[in-house]
Amino acid sequence: MIQGILICSLVFLSFAIFATIFRLVKGPTAPDRIQALDALGINIISGVAIFSVFIRSTAFFEVILLIGILSFIGTIAFARYIERGVVIERNDSE
Amino acid sequence: MIPSEHIAVLLILIGTIFSFLSAVGLIRLPDIYTRAHALSKGSTIGVLFTLVGTFFFFVLEGYFSIRLFLGIFFVFLTAPVAGHVIVRAAYRSNVALAKESVQDDLRDVIGVAKENKEQL
Repeated sequence: MIQGILICSLVFLSFAIFATIFRLVKGPTAPDRIQALDALGINIISGVAIFSVFIRSTAFFEVILLIGILSFIGTIAFARYIERGVVIERNDSE
Repeated sequence: MIPSEHIAVLLILIGTIFSFLSAVGLIRLPDIYTRAHALSKGSTIGVLFTLVGTFFFFVLEGYFSIRLFLGIFFVFLTAPVAGHVIVRAAYRSNVALAKESVQDDLRDVIGVAKENKEQL
């Protein structure tokens, strides 16, 4: 029962990840691809959580936290680079 | 009476259905702004349902994971911020709206600001 519901959840999540990869390849502009990468990170977090329930192990929770933090930092850095052409600004006022 | 483990697993199933629907919106909608509207809310609620179901599943087994609680809190805090920052970067770098759009209120404000900066 529990295994069947979890396999069904993983099938739904696989369709979501395939749609995200489609937008990542096809997206006409760079912000589309950044949006798809952000969604891909969030869906991978869900996949790791479902897998840890599937094998009844508590060893993957650090992985969830780490993927969340790295995906957020990458999204912010890419967005700032597209908006201003620089990630870390320096005040070179003389 | 449904066993409580089944309730936690049903929460996980509901969360993945939300993620699937937001991915359908990511394919079908025509524009980055409409896609951000579907994807930010849908993915956030999907991953929160999934993580809360996982959290309850392991609480019922007698393991309270503070790392998973921190993960839920962090995703709840940062996913809307990431969506907003992406859309702002897209608008400031002149990504065009879809053909079906009827109103663009920011064009006056940001266009005037850019003209003033060019004059200076």
